[in-house]
Amino acid sequence: MTLEIVLFVIFALVCLVSGILMVTRVNPVISALFLVVNFGSLAGLYLTLNAQFIAVAQVIIYAGAIMVFFLFVIMLINPEHEKRFLEYKPQLKIFAVAIAVLVFLQIAYIILFSKPSEGVSREVAASVKAGTIEQIGRELFTKYVLPFEAVGYLLLSAAIGALVLAKKKFK
Amino acid sequence: MLTEFGKVFAFILTAVMFVLIAVFAAKLIRPARPTKEKLTTYECGENPEGSPWVKFNIRFYVVALIFLIFDVEVVMLIPWALVYQDSGMLGFLVGAIFLILLGLGMAYEWRKGDLEWARPKITPLVLTKTEPPEEKQEKELNLGE
Amino acid sequence: MGIGEIILISLVKILLIISLLFLTVSYLTYFERKISAWVQNRIGPNRVGWKGLLQPFADVFKLMLKEDIVPEKADRIIHLLAPMIALFVAFSTFAVIPFGPEVHLFGYDIPLVVADVNMGVLFVLALTSLSVYGLTLAGWSSGSKYSLLGGIRSSAQMISYEISMGFSIGGVLLLSESLRPIAIVESQSGWMWNAIVQPIGFITFLVSAFAETNRLPFDLPEAEPELVGGFHTEYSSMKFAAFFLSEYANMIIASGLIVTLYLGGWQIPYIDLLGLPSGLVALLQVGAFIFKLVAILFFFLWVRWSLPRFRYDQLMNLGWKVMFPLSLINIIWVALLIMIFGL
Repeated sequence: MTLEIVLFVIFALVCLVSGILMVTRVNPVISALFLVVNFGSLAGLYLTLNAQFIAVAQVIIYAGAIMVFFLFVIMLINPEHEKRFLEYKPQLKIFAVAIAVLVFLQIAYIILFSKPSEGVSREVAASVKAGTIEQIGRELFTKYVLPFEAVGYLLLSAAIGALVLAKKKFK
Repeated sequence: MLTEFGKVFAFILTAVMFVLIAVFAAKLIRPARPTKEKLTTYECGENPEGSPWVKFNIRFYVVALIFLIFDVEVVMLIPWALVYQDSGMLGFLVGAIFLILLGLGMAYEWRKGDLEWARPKITPLVLTKTEPPEEKQEKELNLGE
Repeated sequence: MGIGEIILISLVKILLIISLLFLTVSYLTYFERKISAWVQNRIGPNRVGWKGLLQPFADVFKLMLKEDIVPEKADRIIHLLAPMIALFVAFSTFAVIPFGPEVHLFGYDIPLVVADVNMGVLFVLALTSLSVYGLTLAGWSSGSKYSLLGGIRSSAQMISYEISMGFSIGGVLLLSESLRPIAIVESQSGWMWNAIVQPIGFITFLVSAFAETNRLPFDLPEAEPELVGGFHTEYSSMKFAAFFLSEYANMIIASGLIVTLYLGGWQIPYIDLLGLPSGLVALLQVGAFIFKLVAILFFFLWVRWSLPRFRYDQLMNLGWKVMFPLSLINIIWVALLIMIFGL
């Protein structure tokens, strides 16, 4: 138990510090790197919760695919343009601050006003097994067949939609 | 299981230590005599021309986009693959539909030419009535190839 | 086993494997030079030590004594970080590759793998997906056109082949029903090697492994005639050595993965029928793993010095239009095999 708490503190600290650094860095590439670190420590947190599939998916999809995509975008659009854009229209920053405050309020609301459900300890004990990938696969065939196929459809439409949009913009 | 991950963590830490030692140990013995010439960017002996962060082909961006979607499908398919043997006909059907959807996405991209890595079109040097700025833009975009 | 003993055994294993990896990696450079010399009818390194065997150490000392030049336009921090990311990712993958069965040594049962993680294969996939960063960042941070183009090219190449790699692994998982590398090895008992059961998957994985390690015929990121050194144009001294070592470490890991996933790992078919003492069997099996590993490594080197380089459009077309559909066909093939024969 104590080991898990130590791990939690370490990962949470890394998470927090990298998150703050990500927001405060000027260079967007360094910001992106700190976001990768953040995702890595999140994956560590998932591992301590025994949610192995989510941990690995976090690293493969978020850190390995989405952030690579982000890096490409950052390298493609010259960051200098972005900076000049913000200097030209400083009122845009108000939107950023507003959204950040909104998200913060949401999280605060959830933490302060939601009650932990009854019998947490029993559920936690059950979830130790539930996190393994085999268990997720088994659930897919018993309860979640339709959602699984729906994800397939969603990804298909995402594939088509993303390309249509991407090409429309750059043609 | 946490102990096994602990071992992985220890392995990674040791690897990092080795890497740090390997990279920094040499700092003590190697010379450091930078001159202005030495510190310029290498460009075949010429003075560097323009910004080093050149624009590259937009196709790289499209490839990353396609990769992003199929990577999610890879991850989604893994739980299916692990329990496939126990799930009989249902498992086969579920997987088949998923793979068909995946194949449809691939077929769409193939058909639309997004999997095609087009080689740069070398426009002949004949002055016609086409608008010159467009041509210039195309050249810029094709630098990555 | 007490917790102290577990920690002690793990530490010994970790230190042993990492130092062995460093040694193998440096000797792999020697073998690369020797084999290239053999292919091209030359002698190769033969001055430092007996038959040039001390050449790797001479190389390392040479690189250590070189000045570390960071170009003015470079981003110093990322320029330093990039080779370290590359090397670190390359080395940590080896934590989950099993190189032998469980052995009894000094009264302990020691599995010959650093960590027997129940999702080892996914761990490898996650780390390979991170290995893109080393090259991309090196390209971006150097402040050179060649580096940038090399870095972008390499990351596009690596992500393209990652897809077919992932789907090929899916085919293996269908048969093994487990993500534990040890279970995957054990599922290939006798002659049921995955390379024989699913040859298409074996080929797609092999090709993807070549592309992921940036080896010729896929070494476009550092295509010398057009991009000078590619992403490491502006690197020198130990930072360059880090990239160099990580390329070879990646090769060893790719070979280890190929052996584990497709060539039956440490297994020798029907060795248990001979009735040999268990210690000897374990020794032979570790030997078999090393033999298979070296064979695949030799194949890597052989291909490099025999084939010409792809053009970039050919490379991308091969990845997306040949390897990707083939790996999908492989999954359907294995699924049908299981349906029909109930393997």
